[in-house]
Amino acid sequence: MLNFINLLAQAESESLVPAAPPVKDQTYWFPEAASTFAKDVDPLFMLIFWVSLVFFIGIVGSMIYFVIKYRDRPGHKVQKSSSHNTALEIAWSVLPGFLLIWFFVDGARGFFNMRVTPDNAEQIQVIARQFNWEFHYPNGDATTELHLVRNRPVEFVMESRDVLHSFFVPAFRQKQDVVPGRYTYTWVKPTKEGVYRLYCTEYCGDSHSLMKTNVTVHNTSEERDAATYYPWEDETPINNGKRLFNMKCSGCHNASDVPKTGPGLANIWGKEETLADGTKRLVDDNYFRNSLLNPGSEIVAGYANQMPSFQGKLNDDQIFWLRAYIKSLTPGTEAEAGADTKAAEETNSDGDSSEKTDTSKSDAK
Amino acid sequence: MSATAQAQKLFGHADENNFLNSSKGIKSWLFTLDHKRIGIMYLIGVSAALFLAGIFALVLRSELFTGDENFLTEAQYNQMFTLHGAIMVFAFIIPSIPGALGNFVLPMMLGAKDVAFPRLNLCSFYLWVFGTAFLLTAMLTNGLDTGWTFYTPYSITTTTAVIYATLGAFILGFSSIFTGLNFLVTVNTMRPKAMGWFKLPLFIWSLYATAIIQILATPVLGITLLLLIAERVMHIGIFDPAYGGDPVLFQHFFWFYSHPAVYIMILPAMGVISELISVYSHKKIFGYSFIAFSSVAIALLGFLVWGHHMFTSGQSPLVTLVFSAITFSVAIPSAVKVFNWLATLYKGSIKLVTPMCYALSFIFLFGIGGLTGLFLGTLSTDIHLHDTYFVVAHFHFVMVGGTLTALLGGLYHWWPKMFGRMYNDLWGRIGCFLVFAGFNLTFFPQFVMGSRGMPRRYARYDPEFEIFHQASTIGAFVLGIGILIAFVTLVHAVFYGKKVGGNPFGAASLEWQSSSPPSFHNFDHKIHMNDPYDFSAMVYDEEMDTYVQRDFIDKPTAPVVPEPSKV
Repeated sequence: MLNFINLLAQAESESLVPAAPPVKDQTYWFPEAASTFAKDVDPLFMLIFWVSLVFFIGIVGSMIYFVIKYRDRPGHKVQKSSSHNTALEIAWSVLPGFLLIWFFVDGARGFFNMRVTPDNAEQIQVIARQFNWEFHYPNGDATTELHLVRNRPVEFVMESRDVLHSFFVPAFRQKQDVVPGRYTYTWVKPTKEGVYRLYCTEYCGDSHSLMKTNVTVHNTSEERDAATYYPWEDETPINNGKRLFNMKCSGCHNASDVPKTGPGLANIWGKEETLADGTKRLVDDNYFRNSLLNPGSEIVAGYANQMPSFQGKLNDDQIFWLRAYIKSLTPGTEAEAGADTKAAEETNSDGDSSEKTDTSKSDAK
Repeated sequence: MSATAQAQKLFGHADENNFLNSSKGIKSWLFTLDHKRIGIMYLIGVSAALFLAGIFALVLRSELFTGDENFLTEAQYNQMFTLHGAIMVFAFIIPSIPGALGNFVLPMMLGAKDVAFPRLNLCSFYLWVFGTAFLLTAMLTNGLDTGWTFYTPYSITTTTAVIYATLGAFILGFSSIFTGLNFLVTVNTMRPKAMGWFKLPLFIWSLYATAIIQILATPVLGITLLLLIAERVMHIGIFDPAYGGDPVLFQHFFWFYSHPAVYIMILPAMGVISELISVYSHKKIFGYSFIAFSSVAIALLGFLVWGHHMFTSGQSPLVTLVFSAITFSVAIPSAVKVFNWLATLYKGSIKLVTPMCYALSFIFLFGIGGLTGLFLGTLSTDIHLHDTYFVVAHFHFVMVGGTLTALLGGLYHWWPKMFGRMYNDLWGRIGCFLVFAGFNLTFFPQFVMGSRGMPRRYARYDPEFEIFHQASTIGAFVLGIGILIAFVTLVHAVFYGKKVGGNPFGAASLEWQSSSPPSFHNFDHKIHMNDPYDFSAMVYDEEMDTYVQRDFIDKPTAPVVPEPSKV
């Protein structure tokens, strides 16, 4: 209970979740159909629906009819009738059985389509972690939103870095759990240009309901590659750090003061932080590096020891970029933010480096 | 004494010499061995669990009125849905009908004076109390945010009170096992000689089939939860991939119990409905042996389908195919019951009193619940629907529209027997209607938003789903009011209800051949056997304002047993 009340202190995050795409072309029961699987799912769903409706009306209709016709009233008596009829029992067991076999066979056929990847599929690596998605493309690009090419089959090679997640795109009618400790696979052939929602649909902890992103289906390969492209070599360390932060850290940390699963990372540089064991620690370059490589040793007071280590997962350049970015979130420290000569030059020339860097590459997410 | 006075004592209303006042004081209840008192204590306990978990449901549905934050953080919301599920499943639904109704009615339906093991019965009740206390301890310390399904690895790494909660479920499991064992032995050994298997009321058949599941399946949950605790504490490496374990193995172990568990929830409910439909049509149940066999078939087939909860888990496609195929087979015996109930209504004489309203409501709601199972058993549609609100709607239709509805119907049906008082039928039916309407408003929109892609266990959601959530939240409050009215009407009847005799509706099973409330030993006369669905064997006696067995009218001088001694 005390823990429950403590949770009141942890306010909502400002989410890096992209806005929900517009809802269009839906039917009463389904979102728009954007992959070949819609033909494996939607018609069969409707078949089961209509058969069920017929049976339901039959059942409830008879029930209401009998209740009215045979209701107890003065002069009404129970009429003689049989209390068993084996032929009827067999009939109403076996005949629906044929319908069930139909549903099973049709469902199994659709299932095999949905689970057997065609040979010419491109492969995209999917990394699921609490609480964001990461996609790695064949050309080496990496994004937190998914970008696909219309009519190109794609196989997702999926892994989780922590707990169970599940990859679900309603418009594609496809779903597959992402399991830590092994790879799971699924595939899709998107048929319609547009933007669709991708949800995590296996409960994974605090921000499960914010572990969602968008899938954009592009008409051509070139458009897709342009969308996923990010020039790490040309960009400033702060911008690279920001992109990396969004991909690897934003699930648990806000780039503001607002705490989430982990502390908010704005305005922390140069601060004296109290750790869980009561000691005090200055937030500086070494504390920052240690927090990435050996986080459990210096957890901030009030937070659970659940940050995973990035030892071996981030190289020195990446750590450098992240440091630049996090440092830039504390006002007054930008000028020191890494051998950041490019940003320093731009700051000096335009007087406002952040605006320039924000607009230039904001499409690549 | 005169024949009339004797008949009144045996079959009429009993102000004195009934089990409620045969002994007094709190200790005579807490240490009772009387199955009727244990049943009532169970009823109080599971009702409290229903209301607590129900409040959590209203809290979480209120948060979901809009898709943004209202008054719960995500972490708090996660605790609400977890505790709602865990308390409902383990402390309410599984024990409810066997514990509250089964305990009271089963021995009496057999003409027996108690269950085979009265002390084990009391032990079952106290295990329920201790298990629930552990669940409450989890709630009051670090809370619980794993979902009632405790999937790994999250349940291994979360800092919430997983160990208290799993120990609670473990202890509750033993409560269930002991009840099952007790009922099994009672039915096997304590029937009168003349009561063969096919002379048993169908409620008994359903409790027997349930007992088989309770005994065989529950230990698997027990060991699974112990292994989960061992993983959390000692990192034995069975479910946690960080130590070489397999998270999907947990799912297999968990669902191997939890699928049969849902048949523990529904079989007794279907047994109640068989009784209600037949009594309130005043007509012999149609297809007795098919209904009886279908209960056993459901119990056995229910052990073979657990993988249908795991079609997207990463289990192999082959095994997925097999589970889907067998899942369809379980649909048939359930449908058979529904058709037989309808055939029972045909040419009957139907009384639309409160219990019958619940029984008809069951056919409607369980009909939808069962039919929507077809969408989920079908593989291609399930890939889309799994872990969406479609599943949430399906299982609430069968558990609330099924089990809770049958529990309420059964309580109304047997209440006059238990307390010797008649409920207010108008308020009873108002409650039934509000439950029916509120329930449909709450859960039908969830089918639509599920197939449109709304995932489960989401504290926040995209704007396109808002209208469905709002309808659902309003419905939840209507449902809550309906359930409250249903319970208040029952409680009111205990103190202010019109006094009634032993058999106000002319039912023919043996529990009605006793006073209302029954005496301590249940039957103070020699039982006359009759077919439990032969309503022509019952005759309305004007003077006593109750039905009596025709046999007894013909031979009024049945011997009376001596006064029972106090507990």
